[in-house]
Amino acid sequence: MDNLLNSEIFILTLVVGVYLLAVWLYRKTRLALLHPVLISIPVLTVVTRLLGISYESFEQGSRIITFLLGPSVVVLGYLLYEQVTCLKENIVSILTAVFVGSAVGILSVIYIAAFFDADRVLIASLQPKSVTTPIAMSIAAKSGGIPAITAVVVIVVGIFGGVVGPFILDKLGITSRIAKGLAMGSAAHGLGTARAMELGTVEGAISGLAIGLMGTMTAILVPLIETFLN
Amino acid sequence: MLAGVFIILFFYALGEGVAWLIQGFIPGSVVGMILLFTALCLKIVKPEQIRPVVKFLCDNMALFFVPAGVGVINATDVLSRHWQAILTACALSTVLVIATVAFIQQWFEKRRK
Repeated sequence: MDNLLNSEIFILTLVVGVYLLAVWLYRKTRLALLHPVLISIPVLTVVTRLLGISYESFEQGSRIITFLLGPSVVVLGYLLYEQVTCLKENIVSILTAVFVGSAVGILSVIYIAAFFDADRVLIASLQPKSVTTPIAMSIAAKSGGIPAITAVVVIVVGIFGGVVGPFILDKLGITSRIAKGLAMGSAAHGLGTARAMELGTVEGAISGLAIGLMGTMTAILVPLIETFLN
Repeated sequence: MLAGVFIILFFYALGEGVAWLIQGFIPGSVVGMILLFTALCLKIVKPEQIRPVVKFLCDNMALFFVPAGVGVINATDVLSRHWQAILTACALSTVLVIATVAFIQQWFEKRRK
């Protein structure tokens, strides 16, 4: 029985099943905080514990799913390509805005966390918080953070950014549709994009473009800032 | 479909190769993304070749980080010790990023007129 529970096929079925149920629940309730990932993680933690599945066999069994994080980053290159005409028309402003935004995002996390006496590992886990989860996790892993913390933090940041984003943009008097979309995608990745799509098609498309750009900029800036600050 | 799978794997592998050459300065998957984008722009790869794979991966991306996220159970002590730092840093930083990006983009657009 233990062998069966700890087997790859059982763990894979469990993970996909729990995730599908969480997606179903999310669609039924439409509550931002019930994001499928935020439901799946605690449910799987409890279920594996109840069934006596060790964390090691869970990690081993779900390896195929985790592997797909890599290809799903590569595929973002296609989403960038889809917006290439818009990128060309505004190349200087978009690249400058995302570059500065990425630097501000990383530096503000470093200084605020340092103010609270947070350690290096935590800061490394938080630095890529604005970036889409698969990229953020690999940036965190590279700079000595804990990717699991990053995964959860990124989703929460995305939900937060999606909810407060339009309000902040309104208060700041931002009227440009490109600026709105770019800000939503840069700060809140896919979850910001989902919200930007509700603001309009231009906002949504630009937001999708911002995800890949922000990911690339942050992947380059994190190691640069690290060497510079040390 | 399989050709599309191959193309994505190929660019991922290529990205990992480049990442190895630059001593992992940027993650291989991110390099792969840049290379795929370049190949699409140069028309080396046709968009329709990879579209089904792109759709599958994008539609289900959230599933792929669930198993890794379960690992957060091993980090509960860090989270409970530093929750104030985490919440403050992330909330403030997110607001700053939104404001910075939007301001710069809008400034450029106004200047152009």
